[in-house]
Amino acid sequence: MVASIQTAPKSKLKSSVQRSLRQSLLTTYPLLHRYIDEILPKKGSLEAMKLPDRCTLYVLDGEPLFFQQDTTTLLPHLKLVHRFPAAFPSIRIDRGAIRFVLSGATLMAPGLTSTGGRLPSGILTVRTEDGAGEGLDEEDRWTRELEKGEPVIVRAEGKTEACAVGFLVMGTKDVKDKGKGPVIEDAHYLGDGLWKLATD
Amino acid sequence: MADTEQPEVPSEPQSRHVTYCGVCTLPPEYCEYGGTVKKCQDWLQKAYPAMYEQIWSPEALEAATASLSVEAQKRAAKDAQKKAAQAEKAEQKQADKMANSVITIKRVERNKRKFVTAVSGLEAFGLDLKKVAKEFGKKFATGSSVTKVPSGGEEIVVQGDVSDEIEEFLLEKYKDIPEDNIELVDDKKKKASS
Ligand SMILES: [Zn+2]
Repeated sequence: MVASIQTAPKSKLKSSVQRSLRQSLLTTYPLLHRYIDEILPKKGSLEAMKLPDRCTLYVLDGEPLFFQQDTTTLLPHLKLVHRFPAAFPSIRIDRGAIRFVLSGATLMAPGLTSTGGRLPSGILTVRTEDGAGEGLDEEDRWTRELEKGEPVIVRAEGKTEACAVGFLVMGTKDVKDKGKGPVIEDAHYLGDGLWKLATD
Repeated sequence: MADTEQPEVPSEPQSRHVTYCGVCTLPPEYCEYGGTVKKCQDWLQKAYPAMYEQIWSPEALEAATASLSVEAQKRAAKDAQKKAAQAEKAEQKQADKMANSVITIKRVERNKRKFVTAVSGLEAFGLDLKKVAKEFGKKFATGSSVTKVPSGGEEIVVQGDVSDEIEEFLLEKYKDIPEDNIELVDDKKKKASS
């Protein structure tokens, strides 16, 4: 995300559009089933804000929820991730990589493969009916290996809250095997334009 | 209850409430990367002393840096220094800009005995014109809106003659604005009438 975005007018979404957004959220993030009625109450009125670069931000009662570029997969706004951290797949970067990610740099593999970093365990141990074994394990580590192109939350060593959200340009198994190369490009990160955008 | 097919949906709200820094807007644990660390710390210490201890107490800092390699620590220190210097420079620039900026509150006669008050120059003090216009409207129970001026900028136009009240309100509410930087102007109708 770019460093600064001007706020834009919001428009109410038809209930049919709201329904289809809800459906695609649940398809992409199965663990959201537990929380979806809280995030998108049946009677709530979801609004859309058109941002530069054909990006759309979805807002409910002034709270940013999701955004998407064109019609690609919906990504959660970091404020939503902070509210429901267990609902999204995540990886963890080491402390040294934080400042790079927070300056908008591409996340590189070594920030994840070092001792402070964390990639999925690959062991589907979590027993949830809706998540098919994926989720956070007892050590707070995401279980399922993630494919190239999947959305992922970036958490950070020593921090409670997530610091970025983006799409993987390399699958997590490959990250482990190769240990180098870009992993997430153009993430939405703490302090970027989308973070600072006034939505109320 | 008997419906075990459905995933279990909690009845209690599950949303976490996260506190964000009142200065840099990040979660306070990330303030160190924001470039306004000192201000962030002061704010947090006042607003959330417990959280401040958790993040900035000597023990917490030591625990945090202990896990970094020596080289990474050096890098981090250098980086923090650079960021602080940049922030200081930016702050100085903003202070200079503010010192040299004037807010003009102008009484304008629209018709006989009908006035509006036009306020310009607020943006130099980092104020959001729309927000301030709303505040004026509320405070003085009158119409207040942001309008474009021919020269390209924007000003706030408030219905009625409230010049003195606006000056007082600005000084009271926005302590960054020095009294000397506010100028009161009376724009007498020069043209006959229209
Ligand atoms: Zn801060």
